[in-house]
Amino acid sequence: MNSAPVCMTNCPTLIVTVGLPARGKTYISKKLTRYLNWIGVPTREFNVGQYRRECVKIYKSFEFFRPDNEEGLKIRRQCASAALNDVRQYLTEEGGQVAVFDATNTTRERRETIIQFAEQNGFKVFFVESVCEDPDVIQENIVVSLGSPDYTNCNTEEAVEDFMKRIKCYENSYETLDEVLDRDLSYIKIMDVGQRYLVNRVLDHIQSRIVYYLMNIHITPRSIYLCRHGESELNVNGRIGGDSGLTPRGKEFGKKLSQFILEQGISDLKVWTSQMKRTIQTAEALNVPYEQWKVLNEIDAGVCEEMMYEEIQDHYPLEFALRDQDKYRYRYPKGESYEDLVQRLEPVIMELERQENVLVVCHQAVMRCLLAYFLDKTAEELPYLKCPLHTVLKLTPVAYGCKVESISLNVDAVDTHRERPEVGITHTHTHTHTHTHTHTHGTTELHCASAKCTIMQRITSWNEQVYCKASLLLRLLFEGIFRLLLYRTAEAMKGRRSELNLRRCDKAFVHGAHALPGELSRCPCKAKALKT
Amino acid sequence: VEMSEPGMLIDIRASVPQFCNSPTMIVMVGLPARGKTYISKKLTRYLNWIGVPTKMFNVGQYRREAVKIYKNFEFFKPDNEEAMRIRKACAAAALKDVAAYFSKEQGQVAVFDATNTTRERRTVILSYAKERGYKVFFVESICDDPEIIAENIKQVKFGSPDYVDRNVDEAMEDFVQRIDCYRASYMPIDDEKDRKLSYIKIFDVGSRYLVNRVQDHIQSRIVYYLMNIHVTPRSIYLSRHGESELNLSGRIGGDSGLSPRGQKYANALAAFIHGQNIRELKVWTSHMKRTIQTAEALGVQYEQWKALNEIDAGVCEELTYEEIQQNLPQEFALRDQDKYRYRYPKGESYEDLVHRLEPVIMELERQENVLVICHQAVFRCLLAYFLDKPADELPYLRCPLHTVLKLTPIAYGCKVESFFLNIEAVNTHRERPVNVDVNRNPEDALQTVPDHI
Repeated sequence: MNSAPVCMTNCPTLIVTVGLPARGKTYISKKLTRYLNWIGVPTREFNVGQYRRECVKIYKSFEFFRPDNEEGLKIRRQCASAALNDVRQYLTEEGGQVAVFDATNTTRERRETIIQFAEQNGFKVFFVESVCEDPDVIQENIVVSLGSPDYTNCNTEEAVEDFMKRIKCYENSYETLDEVLDRDLSYIKIMDVGQRYLVNRVLDHIQSRIVYYLMNIHITPRSIYLCRHGESELNVNGRIGGDSGLTPRGKEFGKKLSQFILEQGISDLKVWTSQMKRTIQTAEALNVPYEQWKVLNEIDAGVCEEMMYEEIQDHYPLEFALRDQDKYRYRYPKGESYEDLVQRLEPVIMELERQENVLVVCHQAVMRCLLAYFLDKTAEELPYLKCPLHTVLKLTPVAYGCKVESISLNVDAVDTHRERPEVGITHTHTHTHTHTHTHTHGTTELHCASAKCTIMQRITSWNEQVYCKASLLLRLLFEGIFRLLLYRTAEAMKGRRSELNLRRCDKAFVHGAHALPGELSRCPCKAKALKT
Repeated sequence: VEMSEPGMLIDIRASVPQFCNSPTMIVMVGLPARGKTYISKKLTRYLNWIGVPTKMFNVGQYRREAVKIYKNFEFFKPDNEEAMRIRKACAAAALKDVAAYFSKEQGQVAVFDATNTTRERRTVILSYAKERGYKVFFVESICDDPEIIAENIKQVKFGSPDYVDRNVDEAMEDFVQRIDCYRASYMPIDDEKDRKLSYIKIFDVGSRYLVNRVQDHIQSRIVYYLMNIHVTPRSIYLSRHGESELNLSGRIGGDSGLSPRGQKYANALAAFIHGQNIRELKVWTSHMKRTIQTAEALGVQYEQWKALNEIDAGVCEELTYEEIQQNLPQEFALRDQDKYRYRYPKGESYEDLVHRLEPVIMELERQENVLVICHQAVFRCLLAYFLDKPADELPYLRCPLHTVLKLTPIAYGCKVESFFLNIEAVNTHRERPVNVDVNRNPEDALQTVPDHI
């Protein structure tokens, strides 16, 4: 067996699953993909079964998988090749960092093909084998597999029988990863759903993180409850951040939450809060022990702490606009970005994976990040997820994903959600848009975030006032000047935006949970300058 | 504990309920010269640094107390009844001290460092722990590579008190025979018979690991840590940024650029690093201007870590100590009372810093040659990890500007070499003043403030 090829630290990684059907390979693939994407490592899974379904439109029976079915074997080999081809494209041309090759890969021959493919393309290979003989677990898993398109027209009994025969087809030729024969490969062997692990030759940081993650996940049924603190004083005043206490309605929520938790009858519930007053006060109402995590604190709005959106618009209109342009990556001056938040929440996610029933009492931005992890939301969607006050989200892992139940505890509160306004920092001046955000208790209106918008409004209303012909000329003159000003503002914003890009560029060099050591050349702006 | 079959343990159910924060015993297993004490010390150092009170109990120490003078390997012969008695007594004494550490000293983790090569000895430990409600996690080190073993013996055994007046060859020969005494009765943890136990087996210094039944968070962290450390020779260079503008005016925090002298330091650092001829050096900085500017002078690729940013002084950012004394005298005093745990209003504490630096430490463990350009408080935290300094010393470690510290792991610890690059800079080190009372007068408070413009 050849030793692993010499590889640079930032070459793409190919994760290859290994195992009989119904051993949780797809479950692991999807979960791992979700986790890696959340921490900022572009990852995609390639399920060879999907390719086979494209090829062989209708699944007849297990006979397709018989080892003596030449036609079947040919098609399956082709499907594997097609999938590998797509892997190559994803990793070399589409900026992917990790590809998860999800198939049985139960023969040494198949694995050797994949290893050679990786060698030719400069990918690192890491095998994830799932070995399980517990009939109960396998039975449970089969139920999930039966949800597949292969079995839409079968009744359950038939389906189970067929699936068991399918597994048998693989069993005879199954060559498990061997401690001696495969000692030069990098792999983790997961035995009996995580009772035991065998880890061989972890090569780099990403493999070490993958191993750590895989060793912390489990499939014991449980639920995770996410909610925000009760309504706070600053919420009611339309101010962001800060460390204020609960309003009377907020306290009411605490009581209702306590009732709700009791009704749910949850065994061994852990309760986590941040270190800010409003979450602690909410948890206090539950009358159970709780743990305070500093990393659950709300996003730090830096210079904008405790300001209203109107004040931010007044004092930092440019910043306000930039934030709307890229809410995920935008960092408040002397504060944080959502991207920073994700990085600091990673230990929370890891511990949530280890735990069973947990109630997390946190904040809007934090809850959005956690929710995005469980519901596999992209970075673009994350900052706009709806997380209203006084509502509990109950997340229950099921099959390959998460069931979400939204339970409003029927206590009124202000709405703190701000949708993405239509903002365009372009050269055309004709773009106007007003966006109002009203508080349920008051009548303050919030105008559009874009500074350009406000100026345009001023122009329009000014135009209205000018009436006579002579002043028409004057008006045209002034319009011209205003347009020039607009243009120059837009230019300034462009300059500011390229500064933001630079800031973002630097982030490509940054080590966070999302950028890995050796990721230097990933930055598009400096890619040419720093050829690896 | 009764044996139903030879070598087969009955399923042990805890007689004392096991709470999630019950103390944990980490029990080392392995022949001599397999790195058990190396792992024990390193693990203890790491756990203490992240704030888990941990203590190591080396049974060999107890034996040295009991048997003042070590004659030769014959002591370890399996048929030496007298010696067996003493060794059993030493193990028992160590276990007693473990119990005392947990109950009286609020310890959280005890590392029981001995060969523990027989199933019988491990059973004794397991039942001892079960009776008292301790969790047990075994760490077995298995290695048959003669080169590694010889290297281990050279590095640590020759310096041991046992061989203090023997020459190298005699010592080597004696030690090899000592290992042989254990070999015959060595029963590695069995994957079948011991499948109910929680353990990690480390093969060939980390080329392969077998992990069984990780019970809780601390065991998961221990496994993660053990899987990231290595013994490849390398050096870690720690340095602060060059002198900054705010340094000159005696102000803390902020994000200023380098002063002219700071710039000179950056150039000197580049020359120094070049002169060291380091293989494949990685360079890390924080997100702040002053470290980035320092790294720029090196002319090599570097990575920016937000986690390496200086401690956030919250409302005290960019103030001088005099201004802090004037505006927030009470806070200033509270900080002097407990500098490690004190958190600036809207800022951080050293304790918070350690928490955010943990991924940096983990990655430093994985890497080989690294130069870290950081800040005073961050430097102190990193240094405390490598030199095993406790929390009360950490905030007062001396980390002057324009000085590079070269840390080279050796034997059980770290060799430190300090290089001052001959470029003058202000002193930013403030000792703990004598008077830390909240009502002290300003002179007492400002007694130890270093000079500045």
